[in-house]
Amino acid sequence: MLKRFESFRKAALLPFLAFIFAFFIGGIIIALSDSEVLANIKSPGKFLTSFGAKIGNSYLAIFQGSIYDVNLARGESFFKGFYPLSDTVVNATPLILAGLAVALAFKSGLFNIGAQGQFIFGAIAASYVGFKFDLPPVLHVSLALLAGMFAAGIYGGIVGLLKAKTGAHEVIVTIMLNYIASFFLLWILKTKTFLRPGNINPIAPEVRPSAQLPLFLGKDLRIHLGIFIALVTAAVVWWLLNKSTLGFKFRAVGANSNAAKTAGISTGFVTFTTMFICGALAGLGGAVQLLGANHALSSDIGGSYGFDAITVALLGRATVLGTVLAAFLFGALQTSGLNLLSVTGTPVEIVQVIQALIVLFIATPALVKFIFRIKKDVSDKSIAAKGWNG
Amino acid sequence: MSLEIKGITKKFGALVANDSINLKVDNSEILAILGENGAGKSTLMNVVYGLLPADSGEILIDGKKVEINSPADALAAGIGMVHQHFMLVPVFTVAENIVLGHEQTQRGLLTLTEAKTKIKKISDEFKFEIDPDALIENLPVGVQQRVEIIRALMYDAKVLILDEPTAVLTPQETDELLSMMRILKSKGTSIIFITHKLREVKAVADQIAVIRRGKVVGSVDPSTSQEELASLMVGRAVDLEVDKVNSSPGATILKIDDLNIYDGSGRVIVSNLSFDIKSGEILAIAGVQGNGQSEIARAIMNLEAHVTGSIMVDGSEILGSTVHESIKSGIAFIPESRELDGLIGSFSIAENLILNIHDIEPFAKLGQLSKSAIIDNANERVKEFDIRTQSIDDSASSLSGGNKQKVVLARELSRNVKIVVASQPTRGLDVGSIEFVHERLLAERASGRAILLISTELDEVIALADRIAVIYRGEILGIVEPSVTREKLGLMMAGVK
Repeated sequence: MLKRFESFRKAALLPFLAFIFAFFIGGIIIALSDSEVLANIKSPGKFLTSFGAKIGNSYLAIFQGSIYDVNLARGESFFKGFYPLSDTVVNATPLILAGLAVALAFKSGLFNIGAQGQFIFGAIAASYVGFKFDLPPVLHVSLALLAGMFAAGIYGGIVGLLKAKTGAHEVIVTIMLNYIASFFLLWILKTKTFLRPGNINPIAPEVRPSAQLPLFLGKDLRIHLGIFIALVTAAVVWWLLNKSTLGFKFRAVGANSNAAKTAGISTGFVTFTTMFICGALAGLGGAVQLLGANHALSSDIGGSYGFDAITVALLGRATVLGTVLAAFLFGALQTSGLNLLSVTGTPVEIVQVIQALIVLFIATPALVKFIFRIKKDVSDKSIAAKGWNG
Repeated sequence: MSLEIKGITKKFGALVANDSINLKVDNSEILAILGENGAGKSTLMNVVYGLLPADSGEILIDGKKVEINSPADALAAGIGMVHQHFMLVPVFTVAENIVLGHEQTQRGLLTLTEAKTKIKKISDEFKFEIDPDALIENLPVGVQQRVEIIRALMYDAKVLILDEPTAVLTPQETDELLSMMRILKSKGTSIIFITHKLREVKAVADQIAVIRRGKVVGSVDPSTSQEELASLMVGRAVDLEVDKVNSSPGATILKIDDLNIYDGSGRVIVSNLSFDIKSGEILAIAGVQGNGQSEIARAIMNLEAHVTGSIMVDGSEILGSTVHESIKSGIAFIPESRELDGLIGSFSIAENLILNIHDIEPFAKLGQLSKSAIIDNANERVKEFDIRTQSIDDSASSLSGGNKQKVVLARELSRNVKIVVASQPTRGLDVGSIEFVHERLLAERASGRAILLISTELDEVIALADRIAVIYRGEILGIVEPSVTREKLGLMMAGVK
């Protein structure tokens, strides 16, 4: 048990320090980008006070905007203050699933840039099943989710097949398939099948209530059943990677494909299967987002979930637990953006700057170690620092 | 120039890699440092070369204390080092590699003329036969090594440290290196020669220091017998002679007929190869590295892509099926590079021990790995094969070379196999581990398995094989008895029938 904790500490230390350091630098940027703070530059005392106050207020706003807001609870129930937390969870849900799609690929030695495209295909398929058919509630939503997984699984599987049969690099193929998915979405929204009757804006009909993921904490909170789907999926992925024979093959190919090949493991099979499963995971993310939050397919269904997923997986060091935690962190940061703007006047974009800084520091373990004077025993294997075909 | 090491101690955590070591090499002298893998030889040399800081002790040159904190300090003090793994840029020429870090410029442009002249001069003086304009990637390993030596000499190294220089060389190249060392010595260079090969030590050294577990356990002269040296090195009596009893080969198990192997661009690697191996027999393929023997082993495992002919195991054709089928048909495979092909460094020892049997009973049940079966198997194998490790959960990369090979052997030989294909099974191993591998292969022979041994080590081939097939440029020059002389075998390996 102690050993397990020790290895967790080792694995988590660098991401944690990167996180702290990013917030530190982020704070300085927030303060220095504020004209009021800068106006005080001539009197050092005043400058420092306003500098500190600005940073403090901003981080308070981030907390209030993502976890608990006393102002919302005031005069209402204590419970209402958790509205931001509910939003955080809603935002984290698709990130968990798409993040797993990237993390699992990493474990097989593949760099899945294509979560975005797979996410979109998942949403398209779920949307179609959701509004087209009229089925009993539980069956309907299950079928819609499965359709999303299957469509995106095929979309990811294409990448695996191309890599296994022709040696095409998955990074290039997935980037191209992301473009195809985005423009396919734009086109399909204008087709008769998908265009909402009596509407000229590119938006599909809402999925029927029987296909929607229920809001289980009442109508006031946006939190929906998707978070449980995401967490159960995370557990299944953990089992697959660490306990199953298939996961053993994945990890073997990822860690040393030569030795895996010599041991009779078919790398082509592993590449295809991994990409199919990863596609299905990202597709489930898209389906859950559509059936739980958006309810209607529109051109912005993908957001930047698929790309943030790469960041999330990197921050989580491609482990299942790490990816889930990182998804919650990113969900929280994104949720807090609006509050940050309305309370402190700090631009929403600063949240993205902090996210980028976290990843930057994760990718440069040597820098973080230097800053915090960490000795050698902490593993500095950075996935982001791996080579092109590493 | 003389170099003296006084009381050098270097610790890594609790491990004492060097324990107050005293050594001295005189002008024009070859000091051999003999020791098993992990004895602390390389650590000591890295300290001397300024790559690692010592915890205590000092280094004296011509009786005067010098501070060496970096390789640059070492070079300035006249110490040069040739590493076991070469530090050369493959796509650069010899001259470009040698000037790297000391480039001379003329009006801002790189000029190599002076360097080339100097390289030619050194090359002629020591009979190195080096073309300064040759690309490194086109040169054989032995020549690349000479480039490293020239690099050290270019910067006026008076003491040359050679770290396991023969590990990567063929018998011929080794002999050439040894004679070069003698020439260097005669011209006034002192050499520290790190190795664990007894024959080489006896051939060139003026004095021999034996290191075991970080301590100098003996300073002896080269007249000491190989047996004595080996037992000093290992710390117990070592039997260098292999006890091979006569075997009575049974039925033919592996039959290879008209095998041709091509590389991706259609070039012939192996042509018209035919041989068979009976149960209880060791057939060795002897040859200089790079003559197609590695590909033969890989072809038997279906790891080569372009192969024609026939490979029959117990009467059924396996060529053209998958690696998985080769494994299932009863072939144990000990690959040439255990780090690259035999093991997954980041996986635990227990996981490596089931690498190619992870999806069969009892290790897998309904697609799920059975932890208890895997642990039981690992504990058994660790005990049976004497794998020295703290825990079966430690990563394979944490093991020493000998123990890594034991993991591969344990996995492959414990399966239900009829044939053992061993490709360079003792490469880079220390005496104790080599002894272990040899005994194990003979035990497999005694138990009736058919063994294909691919080796570049003449002694090994002669000691173990029942028949020796000599390969040269992808063709078998002839199959001889192990009673053949070393000289005859060496000549055949060089292509003389």
